[in-house]
Amino acid sequence: MNNEITGAEIVLKSLAEQGVEVVFGYPGGAVLPIYDTLFKQNSIKHVLVRQEGGAIHAAEGYARSTGKTGVVLVTSGPGATNVVTGLTDAMMDSVPIVCITGQVPQHLIGSDAFQECDTTGITRPCTKHNYLVKDVNKLSSVFHEAFTIAQNGRPGPVLIDIPKDVQFASGTYEEKNKIIIPSHRLFEPSPDFEKNKIEEAVELISKAKKPIFYIGGGCINSGPKASTLVREFINMVGSPVTMTLMGLGVVGSSDKNSLGMLGMHGMYEANMAMHECDVMINIGARFDDRVTGRLDAFSPNSKKIHIDIDESNINKTINVDVPIIGDVKQVVETMISVWKDRKYKIDTDSLKLWWDKINKWKEVDCLNYNNEGKQIKPQYAVQRLYELTKNTKTFITTEVGQHQMWAAQFYKFEEPNRWLTSGGLGTMGYGFPAAIGAQVGHPDALVVDIAGDASILMNIQEMSTAVQYRLPVKIFILNNEYMGMVRQWQELLHGGRYSESYTDSLPDFVKLAESYKAVGLRAKTTDELDDVITQMIDTKNTVIADIWVTKEENCFPMIQSGSAHNEMMLSKDQKQDKKSAEKGKILV
Amino acid sequence: MNKSVYASPDQVSETKRHILTVLVDNEPGVLARVIGMFSGRGYNIDSLNVAEVSNDENISRITIVTHGTSEVVSQIEKQLLRIVPVHSVTNLDQEGNSVEAEVALVYIYISDTNKKKVYQLCDLYRARKIENENNTTIFEIAGASERVNRFIKEINEITKVEIVRSGPVAISSIQKNEEE
Repeated sequence: MNNEITGAEIVLKSLAEQGVEVVFGYPGGAVLPIYDTLFKQNSIKHVLVRQEGGAIHAAEGYARSTGKTGVVLVTSGPGATNVVTGLTDAMMDSVPIVCITGQVPQHLIGSDAFQECDTTGITRPCTKHNYLVKDVNKLSSVFHEAFTIAQNGRPGPVLIDIPKDVQFASGTYEEKNKIIIPSHRLFEPSPDFEKNKIEEAVELISKAKKPIFYIGGGCINSGPKASTLVREFINMVGSPVTMTLMGLGVVGSSDKNSLGMLGMHGMYEANMAMHECDVMINIGARFDDRVTGRLDAFSPNSKKIHIDIDESNINKTINVDVPIIGDVKQVVETMISVWKDRKYKIDTDSLKLWWDKINKWKEVDCLNYNNEGKQIKPQYAVQRLYELTKNTKTFITTEVGQHQMWAAQFYKFEEPNRWLTSGGLGTMGYGFPAAIGAQVGHPDALVVDIAGDASILMNIQEMSTAVQYRLPVKIFILNNEYMGMVRQWQELLHGGRYSESYTDSLPDFVKLAESYKAVGLRAKTTDELDDVITQMIDTKNTVIADIWVTKEENCFPMIQSGSAHNEMMLSKDQKQDKKSAEKGKILV
Repeated sequence: MNKSVYASPDQVSETKRHILTVLVDNEPGVLARVIGMFSGRGYNIDSLNVAEVSNDENISRITIVTHGTSEVVSQIEKQLLRIVPVHSVTNLDQEGNSVEAEVALVYIYISDTNKKKVYQLCDLYRARKIENENNTTIFEIAGASERVNRFIKEINEITKVEIVRSGPVAISSIQKNEEE
């Protein structure tokens, strides 16, 4: 009896057993046996990108919009090095990815062979774990472990490097349920994990006079149920809540408790509330420097509760009073039952005073901008996009820069998993391939990449992919001919010397779309904007909408680097302390 | 006072030497993962020692001597635990009682004038002469790093030497359950 199949067949069989429906990839010499096997089957769809960097961002977009693991298949050498940015991005933003790379045959490893590189060496710091599989009989167990590790605990990217001879070799396949993964390789909280800490935390919340919930991407990674529970708990407490860039959508924008996003370009009221609160409940966020600002002036008078699945996030930058290690869903579920069992109720008088104070801060109307004239303000463009798409199932992706912040400020998210942006790494070029991945996962939904003119050019080659697979992705370019955020920093911190931040020789985006047999639209004035957006939504094809916006608009409010939450800049006219500006200059 | 996010945090506790012992799966790349975590995050390795300790389970023990504030060392421990093949991380200084030792091999240039002094010193420190084919004088000294340091300092004052040191290994001296 011979049950042996080839390594390449084991790869496909493992993917199928893991429930993989789609693989984003690009073929090459060292993965030809896998592509040959792919050709002979129908259960797994392959999306051919135009550069490997596009494949991994597409897989990220797919993963974050569906909650499944994104799968990438690329060749050795340049194929592998081109995914490094995406792996790092997925590592920073905790996105479950399994990336398969081909490797030169084992007898050539170390000989500087054609398209050879030390893939596991290069990707070690930017993956959660990686493997070089030398034995075909270990291939299936490596795959099943890789999928588990990618999803388990704090999710992340896992890479599997497979030499070409292993893909050709024959071996036996082992099923998923036959693989036992030793517990030390996984994060497995016990059911009554941290119960004492949770009780301590809930008691602290019940005694708060000025509480605030600070919600991060961990709530989204914990699944949709986590968001429901978080909303339920916040409602029971009646506390205000603010979200990080990665946490938008966990609590709906229209929720009465929501103060919107916090941080460098967050809402004035959210940052002020963080500064003055007496109990801070951090759920699945990691005190990122874009959120905290100046560390020694961060929320100076609060007791801090921190719920995180990754212990290394506890006391990394901010020391907390009650750390709780665990999955958001489980922890918040327990918090709710403790709150109910003990019949806790927050002091309503102090809570009312707290809300009064917050409502005063809201009156500052920090997102206010001057919307006069025929020229389109970028903020206005996002506002109109929101108004015209809010009743459709819409996924928004972004690139990185000013447009990203305006999208976060002006597009209102009501549900988790609808907002895909590169938060930790800040990868320009993320949004368009991520939109492709999201569209593959949700063929009937509206997927819009809010982009800048500079960012979109970083992965513009994926137009070809979008058109090939009839993916009606919409690219909404806020075109100011600048790398807007670089220009803004140069204006505020570098004496207005716009060194290399003007994008000369931009393509004609309408013609560019047409050259790919997609649709190109353009709006130059406010009169044209609504028509262009409506037309964009109604077009059953890939669309580039080139929105000409005012060129020198700045993104406000802003906490300058090196400043604290209560030192927000609301507009350019606001005088800034020269000394702190000088200090801020050295930061990123 | 206007301190930036990237300024080094106030030194809330003093920098101390710590010995971490890390149990890992003995698989390719595991040492690189551990070392890479230190270099990538800007931590220090003063010495590092690795060897397989169990034949059946394929587990290695890495002993790392590092220094830092207690905040930094606690962060190091947590970052180590994130590495998939890492079983456990023990900070032996936190355990309180531990025994450490290292081995140094010392090639000693001996002449008639210093011979007596060298042998006296080696005797004092219980450094053992290692017989070898070329009949050169190579001594082996084992013990706590402090002791080895002192020996090397004193022998250096007498004559020229070449030294190779293993770096310390350490083990907790607290009584353990059988299963550990």
